[in-house]
Amino acid sequence: MFSAVLRAGFRSLSRTRANHTAPLAVRCYSHAEVETDEEFDSRWVTYFSKPDLDAWELRKGMNTLIGYDLVPEPKIIDSALRACRRLNDLASAIRILEAVRDKSGPHKEIYPYVIQELSPTLQELGISTPEELGIDKV
Amino acid sequence: MLSSRALVRGLQCGLWRRVSTSSGAWAAHSHDVDMIDCSVPQYNNRLDTPLPDVPFVRNLNPEQKKLKEKENGPWTQLTKEEKLAIYRLTHELSYPEMRKGSKEWMTVLGGVFFFLGFTGLLVWWQRVYVYGDVPHTLSPEWVEQQTQRMIDMRVNPVHGFSHKWDYEKKQWK
Repeated sequence: MFSAVLRAGFRSLSRTRANHTAPLAVRCYSHAEVETDEEFDSRWVTYFSKPDLDAWELRKGMNTLIGYDLVPEPKIIDSALRACRRLNDLASAIRILEAVRDKSGPHKEIYPYVIQELSPTLQELGISTPEELGIDKV
Repeated sequence: MLSSRALVRGLQCGLWRRVSTSSGAWAAHSHDVDMIDCSVPQYNNRLDTPLPDVPFVRNLNPEQKKLKEKENGPWTQLTKEEKLAIYRLTHELSYPEMRKGSKEWMTVLGGVFFFLGFTGLLVWWQRVYVYGDVPHTLSPEWVEQQTQRMIDMRVNPVHGFSHKWDYEKKQWK
């Protein structure tokens, strides 16, 4: 019985050795679909554009978005600011702008670009930037 | 378990404000002013959570309520002070204020050095007033004779003690 097991073991060993000559080009990457930047942006714009978005969903969405390792595109922020307007929440709108500035970290050119892109919306909705209110300095 | 007395006492020691539990009996007989209710979402200042769960000021006085009413209308009609007041109702600290930090570390470091110095004083006093004399084998005469003996018997002649003694010139190398 023991020798039979050994023989079977040797046979299977030789079989696996033959299969081991797989080409190096086959790598073990995940087969999941990678979302493109545009898909990500449009997904979030759609999220904030929901007409009956409630305050909890706004907070949840914004906190999740800030948790990602990226600075949100101006169009996502625009959608979020309009959601704040629907919810009559000016404080959150200003906070979102502060968060975008904080998220850009050492890349100081991102925030002015975002404000520049958003300035029509900010004017239309009457949202003051943190700089205009003086809370960008301690 | 959450309302066990030991846990609440521990939390109360750690927090500035008294902690309340959800059971009514506690709230009934304690008449402290600043209670944190841990069973409901709390306000927090976090850089990674721009929109906190609850606004900072929950109980609005009449003029704050009027301001909130005005917020329902067009925001272009709000003055800068009003917008700032609305912001401060919902948020305690702005982002720069959150990032500011404090000078507490200087106090902590100063305290550490102070107590280290005090300990040093205690150690010195102990050395001078508590410890007795060292053994006589550490006296200079004894050490001299000991060193000569070690040289004579060639202690560690390859790399160590006697290796450093020049036997020709009768001095240290």
